[in-house]
Amino acid sequence: MLQTNLEHIETEEQLKELIENNEKVAVCCGRMGPMCTPVFAIMQKLKSKYPHVQSRDMDFDIPAASFIRDLPECAHFIGLPFTVYFKNGRVVKATSSIQSEKQITDILDEVFKD
Amino acid sequence: MDNNTHDVIIIGGGPAGLTAAIYTSREMFNALLLEKGICGGLPASTDLIENYPGFSEGLNGMELMSEFKKQAQRFGTQISELDKVEKIDISEGKIRVQTTKESYLTYVLMVASGSIPKKLGVPGEEKFKGRGVSYCATCDGPLYRDKDVAVIGCGNSGLQEGEALLKYVKSVTFVEFLPFMNAEKILQERLQKNSKASFLLNHKLNSINGEDTVRSITVQDRQTGKEKEINVSGVFVYVGFLPNSKFLEGIVGLDSLGYIKTDDDMKTKTDGIYAVGDVRCKKVRQIDVACGEATISAVSVRDCLKEIKR
Repeated sequence: MLQTNLEHIETEEQLKELIENNEKVAVCCGRMGPMCTPVFAIMQKLKSKYPHVQSRDMDFDIPAASFIRDLPECAHFIGLPFTVYFKNGRVVKATSSIQSEKQITDILDEVFKD
Repeated sequence: MDNNTHDVIIIGGGPAGLTAAIYTSREMFNALLLEKGICGGLPASTDLIENYPGFSEGLNGMELMSEFKKQAQRFGTQISELDKVEKIDISEGKIRVQTTKESYLTYVLMVASGSIPKKLGVPGEEKFKGRGVSYCATCDGPLYRDKDVAVIGCGNSGLQEGEALLKYVKSVTFVEFLPFMNAEKILQERLQKNSKASFLLNHKLNSINGEDTVRSITVQDRQTGKEKEINVSGVFVYVGFLPNSKFLEGIVGLDSLGYIKTDDDMKTKTDGIYAVGDVRCKKVRQIDVACGEATISAVSVRDCLKEIKR
C-alpha cells in the first residue's frame, strides 16, 4: 500500500484508461522504500510545474503492476522504482531506480516539450 | 501561535528524529517532524537489526522504525512525510523552514537529516544504476533471485545487507578495499561460514561492466596490482555515507566532509539549532547512539524553550 499524495493506480484498467485518454502521463511503480519515496516526492512536487502531465504512482507488488514490469522498455530493469513516461499512449521514456529532481525534470522537458 | 508556527521542528524521520519527537512531545511542545520520504531512515532498509538492545532475536528495520513512529505520534508529534526541506532562513528572529510543501516557523530546529549512501565513482556505476547497480538490498534483492552478485564494502551495512541477499541469490562476492573488514565480528564469522559467500579483501573495484545490464566487475588486488574479472549480475554498494546537510551550508558549522559540528548538548553554533544522529560530526553511527543524542538534545531544547517562552 503506497502512502503518497499522488493518485494511485490500482488496476490495469485504470492504467490503460489513463494512458489512452491523456496525452502526457508519468507513472512511478515502486514500494515505500528508500529508493522509491524520493521519486514519489519529486513527482508530487513537480505536479504544479507540469499540470499538463498526469502523474500517478503504482504499488510494484500488486497484480496490475505486471503491465509496467512487462513492458519491453523495462526488460532490463532490476532496481525500483520503474518510472515510465507515456505520450499519446506510447512509452517515450522509462527509468529504473532512484532519480534526482534534475533527471526527472530533464526527462519531462525532453519527452513532453510540445 | 498560528498553524504554521511550532515550538520545535525536527528534520528527519530516522531514529534520532523520531526520538527527538518522542521526548519533545512528552514535554507537551508543539512538535512537527518533517521527512523528505517516509519515516524510518537508514534502519528501515535493513533486513535484520540484531544489535539494538531489547530485542533478543533481532527484528526487521522497518518494523522497529514503524514502532518509533507510532510512539512519536502517540505523544502528539505532527509528522509530515514526503516534505523535503529546501531552505532554512534565520533572518526573521524565529527560524523559517521552507519545504516542498509549506513554509513553517519555529523557535527551535532539531536537525536529524541523516546521511545518504556514498557512490563508488567507478566506470559503469551510473550507467547500470537500476540495471544491476543497487544501493538497497532489501528493496531490490528479490529481483536478483538465483543470480551471482557482488557487495562492495565490508562494514556493518555491507555484511548485513549481503546476509539478507543470501536468502535470494546464488552467491555473494564481498569486495573490501581495506585488508580487513570493519563489520562486527559476529557478522564476519557468520558470513565466512556461509558457502554462498566469498571475500576479496584488499581489492579495489575498478569498473562495472556489461551491455544492457551488469555482466561482471573488474577488481584489482591492491597488493599485487593484478586485475581480475568476476561474473556477476548485480552490484550492491555499501561504501559509506555522506551527510545530508547541504541545506545548512552557511548557517551552522560543518566539518570538511559536511558533518554538523555541535557541543555536548548537540547545540550548533547557531542559537536554536541542534543536530543529532548521523548528520552530526562524531565517530560512532548506530541507532542507539542516535537515540541517545536525541535524548540529550531534547533536554537542552526543553530548557531553551522554557527560557524563550518565559
